[in-house]
Amino acid sequence: MTRNLTTLADSVPPGLVSGRQSLRDLTLAIAPAARWLSDEQGRLRLGELDDASCLASTDHAGDFSGLTVLIATKTQLAAVLATLDLDGLARRILLCPPDLDPVHLPAIIDDAGVDVIVTDGTFPLPAGAPCRVITCHRKPSHKAPVSGGGIATEWVLFTSGTTGRPKMVVHTLASLSGPLDDGARLPSNAVWSTFYDVRRYGGLQILLRALIGGGSMVLSGAHEPVGDFIDRAATDGVTHISGTPSHWRRALMSPLLALFKPNYVRLSGEPADQAILDQLKRAFPAARLSHAFASTEAGVAFDVRDGRAGIPAAYIDDNGTPQEGVQAELILRDGVLCIRSSRTAQQYLGAVATPLADADGFVATNDMLERREDRYFFIGRQEGVINVGGQKVYPEEVEAVINQHPDVRMSRVRARVSPITGAIVTADIVLHPGVALDHARANPIRDEIAQRCRDHLAAHKVPVSLKIVPSLDISAAGKLLRGRA
Amino acid sequence: MSIRATILEQITAIARQQNKHLVPLTDQLHLVDSGLDSLCLAILVANLEDELELDPFASGTVAVPVTLGDFIGLYEAATV
Repeated sequence: MTRNLTTLADSVPPGLVSGRQSLRDLTLAIAPAARWLSDEQGRLRLGELDDASCLASTDHAGDFSGLTVLIATKTQLAAVLATLDLDGLARRILLCPPDLDPVHLPAIIDDAGVDVIVTDGTFPLPAGAPCRVITCHRKPSHKAPVSGGGIATEWVLFTSGTTGRPKMVVHTLASLSGPLDDGARLPSNAVWSTFYDVRRYGGLQILLRALIGGGSMVLSGAHEPVGDFIDRAATDGVTHISGTPSHWRRALMSPLLALFKPNYVRLSGEPADQAILDQLKRAFPAARLSHAFASTEAGVAFDVRDGRAGIPAAYIDDNGTPQEGVQAELILRDGVLCIRSSRTAQQYLGAVATPLADADGFVATNDMLERREDRYFFIGRQEGVINVGGQKVYPEEVEAVINQHPDVRMSRVRARVSPITGAIVTADIVLHPGVALDHARANPIRDEIAQRCRDHLAAHKVPVSLKIVPSLDISAAGKLLRGRA
Repeated sequence: MSIRATILEQITAIARQQNKHLVPLTDQLHLVDSGLDSLCLAILVANLEDELELDPFASGTVAVPVTLGDFIGLYEAATV
């Protein structure tokens, strides 16, 4: 990993945030009085932070310099405020997502060498936490911190694994905020928002673009109904917004969506199928629409702007040639997308950390791609494959066919145990609200979907049963819960 | 409908759906010679579980039936 770090440092292009300027310096450099962050409880003007801190600390240099700080707050705003104070000062900050199981905290504290926990008093900390606890208030009323001491603070993010202990992934402000040409030309008064929590990689990208790029931002609430969030986003004049396809499918059900007029709509975190892209194009005819690929480990890799599902084949086949929308080197190894760029994370943290990248600096994503005509399509995760008598089925591939039916809102394809073939494919389907109440339509729709699957998929990929269900669970990270280990 | 009739009806339906040519169905017929491949049999078992709420294979210890008669017998025994 040392070699990897050197490579990254040597290849930092001019103008990239070098780690010498702290996030606080960069944020307050652009018209802070006119900019703000908002959440369910109201607005905080960035100008209020000019000479004040939200951390109830007696001496920032003494309390945080060179130390490792776990930021474990209930609200996103408190975490943002703490981060603004600590970048450039702390050795390492850990951004704890709100759904992190507290049972993992002792091991995390141990593995990362946490010295101080910053909390807003609502996060369930383990009893008798073996380190100092400092409170972060919503109002900046404490002594201003010493401006960033020039330390290239490590930012530790947690992966959103489905089960078990999340991995800790080490970034720096430089790897998180390298310049991106993502087609989102930024007016200085951009108002950003995201369905994501900003302590997740996808959400953090939006936060950093708002803070460093001179914009404002609307933060989502942890348990806020999607209609309420859309209402706030519309009222606050959000211009740029991102979310997963699952987030957007839910948002499309809200009647308040008609009031919302963003200029830029971005999908990431899950493959975007043609159905969701078409629905968003109809909902926001004037907006630029793109679907992007990023991961906590690999960073932002590319975005697709032509409104079509899948990835233009040239993104991968012409790897190394500069192309609009491509922000990394993309290659396929055994069908798995691998990514190399200055935005990849440095390493995993922990007692049994495995290498994050290979010897050439490529990060394997575990996402499988398959070429069809002039596009590559995600056919699923390496570990999510269903094995039907030795033949592979990627759930996402089957879901994409089911989701093309006009009455289907979303679907989840799973393995069902079979004594004959080990597993067979089964699907749970959520219909659009109007259709879902019409019970007479259920059987004809099921037949139509089954026929569509038989027409478009190999026999072993066709679901043996199609169950119409009222809803499917979405994880805290906004992705469809697949219930697999 | 009897268990036997349900099974025979399902076999005919699956064969039609999967474009398989069925030979005449008798109790002595070896399943491997029936025209149904293993995917068809997997679908058959899943459909029967849904329709009859019976899964004679659930224990994981049942030997794979060789003839159609064995197969039907497993399901008839599972109701007792």
